[in-house]
Amino acid sequence: MIDKGELWLVMIVLGLGSFGLRFVFTGLIGDRPLPPWILRHLRYTAVAVLPGLVAPLVLWPQATGGAPDAPRLAAALVTIAAGVLTRNMLLAIFLGASTLYGGLYLLG
Amino acid sequence: MATETSKSIFWQGVRDGSPFILVIVPFSTLFGVVATEAGLNVFETVAFSFLVIAGAAQFTAIELMRNDAPTLIVMVSALAVNLRMAMYSASLTPYLGEATLGQRAWAAYFTVDQTYACSVLKFDERRDWTIGQRLTYFFGVAAPICPPWYLFTGVGAMIGTAIPEGLALDFAIPITFLALIGPMMRTRAHVAAGFVSVLSALVFAFLPFNLGLLVAGVLGMMTGAQVELIDKRRAERRAA
Repeated sequence: MIDKGELWLVMIVLGLGSFGLRFVFTGLIGDRPLPPWILRHLRYTAVAVLPGLVAPLVLWPQATGGAPDAPRLAAALVTIAAGVLTRNMLLAIFLGASTLYGGLYLLG
Repeated sequence: MATETSKSIFWQGVRDGSPFILVIVPFSTLFGVVATEAGLNVFETVAFSFLVIAGAAQFTAIELMRNDAPTLIVMVSALAVNLRMAMYSASLTPYLGEATLGQRAWAAYFTVDQTYACSVLKFDERRDWTIGQRLTYFFGVAAPICPPWYLFTGVGAMIGTAIPEGLALDFAIPITFLALIGPMMRTRAHVAAGFVSVLSALVFAFLPFNLGLLVAGVLGMMTGAQVELIDKRRAERRAA
């Protein structure tokens, strides 16, 4: 059983800490100009973090206990290809989900 | 564009954020279930989501507390999972830096993977937007993402059962992110950064506290910046 005092301490520290991490640059730097080399790196933050966030989830899905799974791999490839080609997020999600359910139905 | 009212920009944000409801509902319901199983009541569970508003960190904290990990370890581990938020904050600074301190604080509170990813993609496309238009869009994206996060944490805590596994909703997270990543691949530099990010995340997956993702982020950013420089020099040489 989790101790109530510990629980609230963790919740409050995590809340403040998470806010601090989210606010550290927008809050402290604000509208002060950043040097070009930093801006150049920041232009790639999203494409440097999000693919890395997703890759293990695609290759080692929790639902299969971490074993690579053909329907999920196919769905991931279809989604990214559709996103690159059509630049339409909803269409990419629809095609990816169709591939996933279709694959699970055929192979399941 | 003169035709873009702030109302229409807000709704554009709502529309772009809505697909993530597919992720938020099952994920937050599951958090509600897991938290109540660990002994939290409904109020504590929802308060957790309000205060921390970060799925992976919340799951990490509950899991460690249930296993009687020392309090300090619980905090450090869960915050480490959230370190990528500092990268998001840095990346948003050129776009949101001019906002008032209060606006920046609210935007920071609502900075999660989905609001960040949607907004940065849009801000990059719409360089003509004013700071007001950017904030309007950002809060529009947050509207279908953050309130359902609180709401369905509560639903999960009350009903006590997760959404059936047969629906394969575990894969809603990868699919919605991949659908966003596709349109981000605008130049060779973006593709190179993404490629290095995937490789390094897999290679460094063994690191504790989700630190592999941080390594992947830094290496990916360095790759993108270097490729951009190389391509710029090449273009200049061709022009000369």
